[in-house]
Amino acid sequence: MACIEARGLRKVYGATLALDGVDLCVEPGRILGLIGPNGAGKTTVLNAILGLIPCEGELKVLGRNPWAEREQLTRDVAFIADVAAMPRWLRVSQALEYVAGVHPRFERAKAEAFLRKTWIRPASKIRDLSKGMVAQLHLALVMAVDAKLLVLDEPTLGLDILYRKQFYDSLLNDYFDRSRTIILTTHEVAEIQHVITDIMFISAGRIVLRCSMEEFDSRYLELNVNPQQLAAARTLCPIHERQIFGRSILLFDGVDRDRLAALGETRIPGIADLFVAIVGQADGRAQGAGR
Amino acid sequence: MNPQSDVLPELPLEQQAGVPAAMARTRPFYWSVRRELWENRFVLVAPVVVGAVVLTAFLVNAIHLAGRPGAPLQLLIPSQPTPIEQPYAIAAVLIVLGGLLVGAFYCVEALHRERVDRSIVFWKSLPVSDVTTVLSKAAIPLLVLPLLMAAVIVVTHLGMLLLNLLVRLASGAGLVALRTQTPLFELWVALLYGVVVLALWHAPIYAWLLLASGWARRAAFLWASLPLIAICILEKIAFNTSYFASFLQYRFSGWWAAAFRYQRPCCVPHPLSTLTPGALLGAPGLWIGLAIAAIFLAGAVRLRRCSGPI
Repeated sequence: MACIEARGLRKVYGATLALDGVDLCVEPGRILGLIGPNGAGKTTVLNAILGLIPCEGELKVLGRNPWAEREQLTRDVAFIADVAAMPRWLRVSQALEYVAGVHPRFERAKAEAFLRKTWIRPASKIRDLSKGMVAQLHLALVMAVDAKLLVLDEPTLGLDILYRKQFYDSLLNDYFDRSRTIILTTHEVAEIQHVITDIMFISAGRIVLRCSMEEFDSRYLELNVNPQQLAAARTLCPIHERQIFGRSILLFDGVDRDRLAALGETRIPGIADLFVAIVGQADGRAQGAGR
Repeated sequence: MNPQSDVLPELPLEQQAGVPAAMARTRPFYWSVRRELWENRFVLVAPVVVGAVVLTAFLVNAIHLAGRPGAPLQLLIPSQPTPIEQPYAIAAVLIVLGGLLVGAFYCVEALHRERVDRSIVFWKSLPVSDVTTVLSKAAIPLLVLPLLMAAVIVVTHLGMLLLNLLVRLASGAGLVALRTQTPLFELWVALLYGVVVLALWHAPIYAWLLLASGWARRAAFLWASLPLIAICILEKIAFNTSYFASFLQYRFSGWWAAAFRYQRPCCVPHPLSTLTPGALLGAPGLWIGLAIAAIFLAGAVRLRRCSGPI
């Protein structure tokens, strides 16, 4: 059974179409990165998955309808929105007590063991913790829940690079195993390139790309083209072209590696480059748009 | 180690499945009420402070009067001779008034602040239903505050009694007057009955405040009060009647006539004889009020289900 299955997901807020027929299928054991510009509908997709908003279309999460069965679902689904969502008046010890009191799958000792490795003290109030520490605390709570699905909505927003790196390291080393599923959104796309197993681009409420990272690595190539061979390279239909230090960088989809290697230097593109090529062009904000 | 995880491995599989289900029915409510008290410590502190202030005022009054042997101990109205029981009643009334204010203030904020500070996102990520959350918030004015008020009243009365005795002994006044006093224990039973009735009678008011708190994006208190005032004014202008105003007044003060005979329990030899629980249970006002409260609370649950940070 797929962990998340969605067909024709649609959501309208007043006159705004937030989701316009989103199809989604996430198998257990995958880490899906949901990437999109601001207002593309990422949070709406996650909120629908979490049962926080009703939605048109078919949606099943762990075999349940999230809007109708939110309470049962929250036992198997853990969720971190951005770090600002933790109540500032709460003490760390109270947070542990409360979650242990209401969550049948929470293992308090595990959270405490994780917190002992940090500077967070049980008596501290959340308002006295730094943003990075709040993220650590939230992660400690979530990692101690034996959840089947973990949803992360911009979990590292506003954190410095050390905390961000630590966050993903903890997530992969201490939490993730092949039986769990993670779906996450972030703007720091470069940092999750080696974390995620699947990628999905969303723009204006539609999915514009979805592929596994193996497929991504074999399908897309970036060519730092030799200036004299630029015309030849352009005949191979690059999906995007940009200039760096006077050199043209061309991005190709499904073109043979050896053919490109003859025209310049090739490498696997970053997610950010592909994102700009695919979403940026549609959005009209990318360099070289309209070429 | 979590106590559940110690126990679970020894249970047969089907029971293991049943344990979290049973737990989930009872414990989220308890922890949600505790959570409310963590966040709103004034709910516990304010009635205690009122009790302490009353006791201090009584102490000052008692010391002041100690210089006049034979004068009955009074509070607030020293110029008129009053029954000895009156200070006890006044103390109780002040504590109850404080409790009512705390309850109203709490309800107006209860479903509003979690949306303003975005913490609703965190609370909703945990397996606590909206019904449990709203009921735990309603339990503060309907369950926690009445019990707390009763406890504070009893402790304050005991303190007053002790002061009374000490001052009388110190000033050489006899204890004769004290013997004729209303039995305190019976008075306390009557007061406990009173605060419970008060909470039940005011349940629709608290539920209305909770509903407004879940509805309003800002100024929840205005959303709660202005529509009611507007209806009163419109009715008066349009029809020159004031049915709605008298309905509101009945909702605020009708409990007294329904729950007690027209005698103050503090001023009769047997306070329990003033209680009319039968008449109260037969009063349609009580049941209509509770039904309205249930409707408002259902509305608040519905609002919370759809609401997010604002």
